[in-house]
Parts: sequence; C-alpha cells; structure tokens
Amino acid sequence: MEQHKPSGRVQKAPENFLDQAGIRTVFAEGKKGRRDFIRNAFAAAAAGAAAPVALAQGNPVPSEGGDPNILNLPEHSTGLGQGVAVDGYGKPSKYEANLQRRQSPGLTQTTQASVSFAPLQSLFGIVTPSGLHFERHHQGWWDIDPSKHRLMINGLVKTPKVFTMDEIMRLPSVSRFHFIECGANTAVDWGNVAVPTVQYTHGMLSCSEFTGVPLITLLEMAGADLKKGKFILAEGADGSSMTRTIPMSLITSGEVLVAFGQNGEMLRPENGYPLRLVVPGVQGVSWVKYLRRIEVGDMPYAAKDEAIHYIDLMPDGTHRQYTNIQECKSVVTTPSGGQVLLDKGFYNITGLAWSGKGKIKRVDVSVDGGRNWRTARLETPVLSKALTRFNIDWVWDGKPAIIQSRAQDDTGFVQPTYQQLRKVRGTRSIYHNNAIQSWLVQENGEVKNVQLS
Amino acid sequence: MSSFRKAILTLALLATAGVAVAQSGKYPGIGRAATDKEVKAWDIDVRPDFKGLPPGSGSVAKGQDVWEAKCAHCHGVFGESNEVFSPLVGGTTAEDVKTGRVANLSRTDYPGRTTLMKVSTVSTLWDYINRAMPWTNPKTLTTEEVYAVTAFLLNLGNIVPDNYVLSDKNIAEVQARMPNRNGMTTKHAMWPGNEFGGTAKPDTANTICMKDCAPEPKLASLLPDFARNAHGNLAEQNRIVGPQRGADTTRPEGKTGAPVSVAPAAAPVAAAAPAGNDNKAVIALLNKHSCTACHGVDKKIVGPGFNEIAKKHAGKVDYLAEKIKKGGVGVWGPIPMPAQSLPEADAKSIAEWISKGASK
Repeated sequence: MEQHKPSGRVQKAPENFLDQAGIRTVFAEGKKGRRDFIRNAFAAAAAGAAAPVALAQGNPVPSEGGDPNILNLPEHSTGLGQGVAVDGYGKPSKYEANLQRRQSPGLTQTTQASVSFAPLQSLFGIVTPSGLHFERHHQGWWDIDPSKHRLMINGLVKTPKVFTMDEIMRLPSVSRFHFIECGANTAVDWGNVAVPTVQYTHGMLSCSEFTGVPLITLLEMAGADLKKGKFILAEGADGSSMTRTIPMSLITSGEVLVAFGQNGEMLRPENGYPLRLVVPGVQGVSWVKYLRRIEVGDMPYAAKDEAIHYIDLMPDGTHRQYTNIQECKSVVTTPSGGQVLLDKGFYNITGLAWSGKGKIKRVDVSVDGGRNWRTARLETPVLSKALTRFNIDWVWDGKPAIIQSRAQDDTGFVQPTYQQLRKVRGTRSIYHNNAIQSWLVQENGEVKNVQLS
Repeated sequence: MSSFRKAILTLALLATAGVAVAQSGKYPGIGRAATDKEVKAWDIDVRPDFKGLPPGSGSVAKGQDVWEAKCAHCHGVFGESNEVFSPLVGGTTAEDVKTGRVANLSRTDYPGRTTLMKVSTVSTLWDYINRAMPWTNPKTLTTEEVYAVTAFLLNLGNIVPDNYVLSDKNIAEVQARMPNRNGMTTKHAMWPGNEFGGTAKPDTANTICMKDCAPEPKLASLLPDFARNAHGNLAEQNRIVGPQRGADTTRPEGKTGAPVSVAPAAAPVAAAAPAGNDNKAVIALLNKHSCTACHGVDKKIVGPGFNEIAKKHAGKVDYLAEKIKKGGVGVWGPIPMPAQSLPEADAKSIAEWISKGASK
C-alpha cells in the first residue's frame, strides 16, 4: 500500500495558510500518522485569516500544481485492457471485496442453522445484489437439480396435482419487486444496543425482483376449494422441510407467487433454487425455499416455526402466535454505525423504508435525536411491499448529531419509537422490532449505534 | 374442409361445451394428477387436530434408547443442552400441566425459554421430529421411533409417566396436559387476514411531529468499549471509496474533537489466499458428510475444531482415519462422536488434510 501520498481524499491544509516549515511539519506528522495534526494546524491558520475560510477541501490542489492522478496518465489510459468473456459470469471489482454478507459472531453455534447479514451500509437503490442477499437456513442449503424438482398441490382440491419446473415455467408469469425481511431482524437490539453496524442490526433484509406464477393459478388448476380451504400449508423439499401456514385471502389476491426468478436470473441456491414461495409483506420464514408441496386446508397447522419459534413473548407471559406481517420500518444506511465521516461539510443522508402493508408514503429524518424533523425525498420507484430509498441533504457542522428516520406507510401507520414498542411488548418478544433506529455521529466523525432514553 | 380446420373446430366446440380438454381447461398440457402413492410419500404433516398422524405407538423406554443414539449428541442426555441448540426441556412445573400456562414465562428474571415451556400443541413436536430430525439425517426415523422420542421428551418434562406408551389413540389426552397449551394468543394485528378474528388495529400509534418533539436526547445504551472489535475490523466491512470509511476497530477510538482522516483509497486487504484445490475439495467433503455440523474448521462446535485436532494429532493419518470411521469418546470430553459411515477414500482424504494442519 502506498504511504500517505499528498493527494487523494485525504484532507490537507491549503499551503497558503502555512509557511514552508509548517508544510514540512505537516507532511512529516502526516507520515507518522498523526493526521489530526493537520486539522489543528489548519484550524489555527484559519483562525488567523481575515477572510472567511471555507471548509477544508476534500481534494485540494497539491503543491506540484495538479493531482498526479490527473497529471500522470495511469496504465489504464495508456495500455490495452482485457478481452471479452474473460469471466463468463462477471464479478464485482476487486476494490469492492469489503462488501460481503457476514455472520454475527456468537449468534449461532452452527453454520447450517444460522444467518448471514446483507451489507446494507454499502448498497444503493432498492435492489439487493443476489450474491449479497441475506441468508437464513434452518438445516443447510442445497443446489437442487431443477429437472428433478416437483411441486405437488393436495388437500382440499378436486384433483391433487404434480408440476415439473418445465410446466411451471410455461405458465403466465409476473415479475414484481418485494422486500423480504426475517421476522427476527433487529432482534438483538430489543433490550439494548448489541451490535455495531446496520449490517448486523438490519441486514436480515433484502429486496429483489421476483418472477413467478401466482399461486392462485396453480390452486385453480387443481380445483382447490377456496371457500372451505381458508389456509394453505407450504412445505420445502430440504432437510428441514420448512412448513408455514398462509391465509387463503392473501393468495386469492394474486400476491403470493411460486417464484423461480430473482433479479433477471434464476433464484440463487441459498435463496431456494429452483422454486420458492414469495409472500409479500410477510416475514421471510414464510417464503418457503425449495418449495415442494402446497396443501389446502381448513385450519392452521401450528408448524414448528409457528408454535415454538417465530412466536412473540408478551410481558404477561402469553405468546402472540401467527404474527406474520412486517410492519412499517425504516433505517438510515449511511451515515450509520461503524462508519467514519471524512470531514465536516455536505453529506447525503440515505436510507431504506418499507412496509408489509403497502407503499411508503413518507419518511422524516432527524439529526438531533428526534426533536426536530425534516421530510426526506422518496426516490422512485415507490412500490407496495418493496424497499423504498430515501435521501436528504445534510451539512455536518462537526458537532455531535443523532440521526434517525421515521417512516409512514399508506395505511397512515407511523413507525414507532423504542419506548412505544416496549410499552406494549416489553423487551423479550424477539421478533418484529420495527423501532426507530438512532445513530450517534461523534465529533471525531465516528458513528455509533445508540439507543435513547 | 381441411382436416386441420376440422380439428380446430372440434376443439372450439368442446371448449364451448365446457368439456375439459386434456387435463385442465385454461392451461392444457400443464400438470398432471398426483398418484395416491406420490401424495402418501410427501403428505407428512400432522395438524393440531392430529389429521395426518399415522397410527402407531412408542414407549418412553424405547425413546430413551433412540435419544441416546441419535439425539443426545446435540441436545444433551436430558434435552437440557445449550451447546448447539436451545434447550428442549426445563422450566415447566406440575402446576403448569394443570393450568396450561407456563408460569415462568411471565418472569423477566427466568434465564431462558425451553421448547416445552413454549410449545402449545403436541402435534408440533411429533410433526417436527418426524420431518426434520435427526438434524443431519432428517426423515430417517421410523413411525415408532418418532412416537417413542416424543414420549421420552414429554417424560423429561414430567408430562407423561416413565412407563407411558404414546400412541395415536392417547395423544389427545397428552394434548390436554401440555404445560403451555393455553399460552398462545392471536389477538394482534400482524396476521394478514381475518381468519383468527384478531384485531386490525396496530398496537403502537406513533404520530408525526416535526418541531420540538422529544425532550433533549439522552444516551441510554451503546456498545461498551471492549466490544469495539467484536464483529471484526469494521474498516474492512465498508466500501473503500465514498463519503465514509469503516472505523478501524483494531485500534482505540480517535480523539474527540478532531475527525480522524482516513488513509487514501487502497485495495481492500486481499482476502486470505485462495484455498488450494485440495483444501477446497476436503472442505466440500466435510460438508457432504455433515462433519461441519459438529466440527468447525477453526472453532469448536459440539466436538473440537479441526484446527485443534490438527494440533493434537499432527501427522497421524491412520489414527485420524480410524477415529473418523469408528467414532469415540473421552479424547475431547464426555460428548461421544458416533461412528461415521463414509467411503474409506473420503475418510482418508479428510484424515490427511487434518494431519497436515486443517487449513482452509
């Protein structure tokens, strides 16, 4: 790695305010790593200057009269680049290697019954790159031969049916953007701050364009009794054979998909290749992966993840059962915990908002811990039960700031504070924490995950 | 009239008459009827009203044998273990069996929640053990074994006596003794339908306020300093270009009052050198044979990490190969490793890899 070249984004004092000796000291100190000396020197020089001085330039003109990155043509401007199809399936730039889905240390004992979190702090827009989609497996993931995969429909139907992937993919399909969020997203912060970054607080969240066949099409083909059959059971083909109950009312609306496509290609194996259920607005556990069977029935099934896990403990000792909807929620993704702001001055505060009940109507942002709020810009597209990107301008004055976002969906529901949530649900319910998140920007530029009293 | 046109006409007439063409009206040629045999093979779910429960029975005593052979290495001899998964047994009382409400659930000082404290329906236990257990060999238990293991678990929770034989005939009586059978509620607004008659009104009602809303914010909780690097170096978990960098958490925090400038953009530290093909192949074997369910490459899970074994038994290929095949107990503690049935060649490759240091 090159050592502290006097160019690039490193803030450097404009030499006009320092004498030659000062400049030499600054560079010497800089080389030793005492970068803050530069700022102090600059502050002193600025204080002495008569004219009001702007903030330090992020990219000042170096003493040699220009940026060497401009003056000295790099190899990529003077040589021949690489040919086509060097990599038949392209990968991100090697400079992007820090963006990885990651496990939270100590959360689980095994990697097959575990979770990895998406790096929300570094993502743009609303689509999660498929390779960074969060993972939650209960009994390990598989790469299943699609030519051998089958979907069965049985239960309260005229004729139980079997479909091959060929047949499912021949049917009329739709493509829709939807978020998927684990019911346990943000669970570790119910009681107090437990993890440092938005990857670990909110990273069991992803959004993709899913392509598939509305489940109602397949149920009608089997002659399902849509009156008596108030529920369906969805079941996976993997070892866990995950089962979940879904109400027929959601299926007859046409929203629930039997999906094979994700962001223009087939589902990734970690996300259920070749077939998964898409249940918009409902927690991820219901989006059964490796989907092999749908049973139509007249009562709920109390599956393991409906009667032992994914039940929400209330302060009186009862558990809320069948809590499926992911209520309205938002989070600022930058600046966010574990990041360091480069300097004072302009920033674009950006984040994500979503609701399992519909579209995002509005997002407000506070930089003073919730005393005063400004309304953020919602970027298009704003879609039902999909992530919505919001942005708002901010000039950081170098003083401590507490950044929050507060979303409202088109039912009028407003994202709650921690105090409001805990008042009704206590701190032990694990699932469905949709509280307003606070990030403390410290004077040294470092951002921390905090909770307010 | 050409025969082609005639055929079209015939089809059209059939359709108007409402007669199913081929298999299904709207999408001819797609899907076929499932056979009884196929439905029987896959339709394994058991509902709370016991629809789907196959006839049969199993005793507590038989369950104990199955448990010790196939379940105890993850769940502990008494279902109490917290090593791999959350404990299954504990926290329920005879009083709970009477009331159907687990009293400890309302205590905030009670340390954990076991499966028997939470589960309200005995069908759930039967169904889940049948479909997903043992963890590394799901769906391999016989119907009798599933009844027996379920009976053994219920016995550990003092829900059924030692001499109990659980069957499809008496399981409803057991349901009436489940300690948390009355502990669930569907009175909430988070079910996307009205099947449970819950409520449509959310349980929080924040309002939009824009000015002078909350009092002066006070910090109530943040990560303690000692946890600064607990999630790894955050500098390596953020993009190297843009408005922010990740904090270098391998070092103490920068001084207050002066933003810490960040080193110029540089390529992220190269990830660990790509694994040699040999290592990759062996790690694939470890996954294939479910070794990694109990052994991490570089950490202990139920059994020792492969790196620990490599240290202790460097160079001992034959010893390791035999241990893999035959299992054992005592070298690393009281939890036994069952004998493994994997091809000789695979056991040898894994043993060689361990003996050379078990690197990724």
